[in-house]
Amino acid sequence: MTLATAQRRSTAAGSGRTAGLRRDHGAWFLVLPALLPILVLSVGPLLYGIGLAFTDAQSGRTRSTRWTGLLNFSDLLHDTLFWDSFRIGLLWAVGVTVPQFFLALGLALLLNLDLRMRWPARALAIIPWAMPEVVVGIMWRLVYHPDAGFLNEALRGLGLSGATGGRDWLSGLATALPAVIVVGVWAGMPQTTVSLLAGLQNVPQELHEAVAMDGAGAWRRFRTVTWPVLRPIALAVTALNFIWNVNSFALVYVLTDGGPGGRTRLPMLFAYEEAFRYGQFGYAAAMGLAMVAVISVLLAVYLAGRLKGADDA
Amino acid sequence: MSRPTGHRAAARGRPQRTAGRVAQYAALLAYLLFLAFPFLWLLSTAFKPPRELARVHPTWIPDAPTLENFRSAFDEQPLLPAAANSLFAAAVSAVLAMVLATPTAYVLARHRSRFSHAATGWVVISQAFPLVLVIIPLFLILKNLQLVDSRGGLILVYVVWSLPFALWMLTGYVRAVPPELEEAAAVDGAGRLRTLVSVTAPLLVPGIVATALFAFITAWNEFFFALVLLKSPGKQTLPVVLTHFLGSEGVADLGPLAAAALLATLPGLVLFAAVQRRITGGMLAGAVKG
Repeated sequence: MTLATAQRRSTAAGSGRTAGLRRDHGAWFLVLPALLPILVLSVGPLLYGIGLAFTDAQSGRTRSTRWTGLLNFSDLLHDTLFWDSFRIGLLWAVGVTVPQFFLALGLALLLNLDLRMRWPARALAIIPWAMPEVVVGIMWRLVYHPDAGFLNEALRGLGLSGATGGRDWLSGLATALPAVIVVGVWAGMPQTTVSLLAGLQNVPQELHEAVAMDGAGAWRRFRTVTWPVLRPIALAVTALNFIWNVNSFALVYVLTDGGPGGRTRLPMLFAYEEAFRYGQFGYAAAMGLAMVAVISVLLAVYLAGRLKGADDA
Repeated sequence: MSRPTGHRAAARGRPQRTAGRVAQYAALLAYLLFLAFPFLWLLSTAFKPPRELARVHPTWIPDAPTLENFRSAFDEQPLLPAAANSLFAAAVSAVLAMVLATPTAYVLARHRSRFSHAATGWVVISQAFPLVLVIIPLFLILKNLQLVDSRGGLILVYVVWSLPFALWMLTGYVRAVPPELEEAAAVDGAGRLRTLVSVTAPLLVPGIVATALFAFITAWNEFFFALVLLKSPGKQTLPVVLTHFLGSEGVADLGPLAAAALLATLPGLVLFAAVQRRITGGMLAGAVKG
């Protein structure tokens, strides 16, 4: 009975073309329960986490947690260790995201040509993606290993290593951050390449050929045909990569654990230690919130600048 | 139409073309080497006997390849129980995430109201939050529920963590099912439930499977949450146990370390090879139509 009426009603609504499916204002009672998982599992905890940034929450304390207002943030302002770590985090995020984008763009353009080695290249490009970050870290520790590592042996083979012998890349004050950045670039290449490659597939081939007929070189064809199509995807990919890189943890934890002397202590490692080694939950949450704030501002500036650039072009 | 002209253009610039082709292959080869060599080095290290690992000039191909490292790896750390823990947490959390996300994704894709716009926006925004800000509240909640250092707690965290991504993917897959199909079924006299079960669901199955497998792989590979939540050695997952090979001073037993790392990679790699194409398609569908 009810089914029949419901169905009659839906056919009636269906005559107004998809009105029943698309603009179902009366369906909030259907929508809200479906949104419950998001509210309970995602919005709730995050709001709780944001709230904790304004308290003195600590682990293993019997006294109840109190609101401390902006105290954590004013402490944070004067915490030079945190700002050192923040600076390293930005160096890392930019140092990984930018080369990653250009390298991945080059690879995507190559894979988009009809070359013979495409298949193994595509397969290989996937491997770092499917690997646990811990394994990527372990693997590169083997590469950087002072004695049994590939890098020192290769340099020796090329006659590039001095008489000093094995260099310890990950413990050297000067080499640790660059060494870790190379691993970051390597690890994120597949995702970036595959996204850009998918974007390249939207580039109209006929237009390419037409412009080539007009005598445009490879660079001009890229500028005038490929880039306008790829641009939105490139923007989204670099913005996402930047966020992921700022928040990265496992790779550097395995490679250096923040050492030597804090030279690779990314903000996430710092916050992790603060929260789970020293039990300062409120303070660590404030760090997380400060990171979100700075990332949002940077991304807003980046995206606004780029989008405006698109209008001018 | 444009084919023949293209050929003529190619014929005109043949020598230049060939030089360009050579450069392209050289560049591709350089990329291949860069992407492959760390993995090949891991392979090589995993099969080297300790004698060769201690050598001053390490070689690519082991002189006397051995499986000894794999045996020592299992002796040194509880790899099998750790793999079982990883498997359990990844499988259960992937299934739960799909059960929770599929109805939500359907509603988000089909009912465009203020609520669903807000929810989609949240899914995107929540990605920008650092993991510390996610784990600290969850850690405190789990502590109140006595679920820290338990498999259940880890599974709950994995569900929370994979939900936004699963919603993003599944919303894209639902949109790919034309609403006209559902309307046609309704016209043919099928009720709402009947339409969902016999028209929409079968079309969604490949997308749900791909998303679930992806959630499985990310949970299988996950390290940070497992590190924070699991303290008893018997409950730790594979990535956490792998870091125990590194030792406290960073002095590692390289052979078994490489062997264990290699083994831990294989399941994810096999599954990933199976679903990668669908995942990229789904991510872009979500992006383009979102």
